[in-house]
Amino acid sequence: MKTVKQILVIVLLAVAAQLQAQNNAGLKLPNGFKATLFADTIGSARHIAITQNGVIFAKLMYPNKAGKSIVRLEDANKDGVADKVTGWANYGGTGIFVSGKKLFATSDNDVYLYQLNENDEVVNPLTPKTIVKGLIARNQHASKSITLDGQNNVYVNIGAYSNACQEKDRSPGSKGMMPCPILDSAGGIWKFDGNKENQVYGDGIRYATGLRNVVGLDWNTTTNSLFVTQHGRDQLNSFYPKLYTDAQNAELPAETMYEIKEGDNAGWPYVYFDPYQKKKIVSPEYGGDGMKEGGENAINPTVFFPAHMAPNALLFYTGNQFPEKYKNGAFIAFHGSWNRAPLPQEGYFVAFVPFKNGKPNGEWEIFANGFSGLSGDEKVTNPRKAKARPCGLAQGPDGSLYVSDDSRGSIFKISYSK
Amino acid sequence: MNIKQWSVLSLFIFCCAMSLQAQDIAKGKKIYATRCLVCHQADGGGVPNMNAPLDGASNVVGNNIARLVRIIKKGYNEKIALDGFYYSNAMTANPDLSDADIANVLSYVRTSWSNSASKITVAQVQAAKSKK
Ligand code: HEC
Repeated sequence: MKTVKQILVIVLLAVAAQLQAQNNAGLKLPNGFKATLFADTIGSARHIAITQNGVIFAKLMYPNKAGKSIVRLEDANKDGVADKVTGWANYGGTGIFVSGKKLFATSDNDVYLYQLNENDEVVNPLTPKTIVKGLIARNQHASKSITLDGQNNVYVNIGAYSNACQEKDRSPGSKGMMPCPILDSAGGIWKFDGNKENQVYGDGIRYATGLRNVVGLDWNTTTNSLFVTQHGRDQLNSFYPKLYTDAQNAELPAETMYEIKEGDNAGWPYVYFDPYQKKKIVSPEYGGDGMKEGGENAINPTVFFPAHMAPNALLFYTGNQFPEKYKNGAFIAFHGSWNRAPLPQEGYFVAFVPFKNGKPNGEWEIFANGFSGLSGDEKVTNPRKAKARPCGLAQGPDGSLYVSDDSRGSIFKISYSK
Repeated sequence: MNIKQWSVLSLFIFCCAMSLQAQDIAKGKKIYATRCLVCHQADGGGVPNMNAPLDGASNVVGNNIARLVRIIKKGYNEKIALDGFYYSNAMTANPDLSDADIANVLSYVRTSWSNSASKITVAQVQAAKSKK
């Protein structure tokens, strides 16, 4: 009897271990993909960047328990789990980017540059060069995301410190300011020289405007152009209940991806993109009624997604590990919505859009889901219930995809094998 | 009055008081649903780093009623840590809410979810306003 019990226990333990390995760190993935929990509880990991040797750097929104706000992670024994985790710096922020042995990182005001050695260790943790300083940060949409273009130009998102540029922000009945004064110094993408120190606004150029808050941005090497993902405006129903129901607000406006050329204007705050009419609609703060079209000079989105899902990272996949379908396509990390309440929230997943010759080539789809940790297909109703919220993306030298999360502080590694 | 009459009367008063209180909370809940839920969410949990939680927040169940009244009336957007975290969004002002509305919605948030602080009376709201 005893031996039977012992055997049973051993079998059960083996099955449990097997399930653990198969459960893909709790993620739901397409066939052939698997995931490991590369790191956990490292702190509020916003964006991540990776070196040619596979060393990962994560920028934290707050210093973590060790008091560090840039975390370096290395998987020396290559088992899919980071085994060397260190860190430095004490300022919060979102942006991080690796270019060779240069590491760019942002606070909400500045862009800093660190030097890495041959082992991808930081050489000057206490004395980075200040590349850009004094950017506007007024609580709302203050985080700075960055990417580079291969020519050492730095593109910085400067989010608008407002929802819809009302005279009184987020107030029912308050009119939109005309012209919106915020656009002088925010609500767009600014371009700076990655080699030059101590640049201020005047040293850069406003590369694109009319972008409320871009958190995801990536340089597309097929088109040799910048792509961004914008967080659309909130609360149409709160301020204009006669024009928009709760259910309409939950689906308006679309979250949008744009291909950006120098000088482009994406239309915020004057218009928003309606995913049903597939048109730029005049914002109610500027006299719109939900139908009136506007934004004649504003660009159209390259791809649009359901409202409020918060596209926090964008990555064009150039690796060779994933199946052909994924080559040069776009991964988007959706942080997850809050402004769909009282309806259930959406997002909290990583989506994929196939691209061919630099243009979308098919519908968007959910690539990786289950970050919220809720069982089955249960939707997130209250954002704090979501265990993990996808926020950053990076592609490893072997073609694996890494996803960071700023809630639980984890990094997931997603790989493919036939 | 005999004992029986006394007990009937006191039961009546007790019930009246209960239903009055219940009505205040119900009114507060309605205001919450139309004006606050969008940001602070149905569970009072807010949105991490964006909209402050009201459930379990030390200020919300605390004794600085004047501050709570001022936040509801004037809105709130300051870079000040609340229980160790910062919230980036700008809270809408509610200049049109009456003193009774403010008392009701504050009573609702102070007694809902895991919160079990005292309710707020109209007199407390008025006293808070005169303090400025
Ligand atoms: C537009 C979003 C929004 C709406 C609508 C909103 N709030 Fe807030 N609320 C916030 C944010 C953001 C903060 C934190 C602001 C800060 O830290 O600067 C906050 C803070 C508070 C606080 C202070 C919390 C603390 O810990 O000190 C209270 C109390 C509060 N809100 C109650 C309410 C009530 C009651 C309503 C409805 C009448 C409401 N809020 C509507 C966003 C909102």
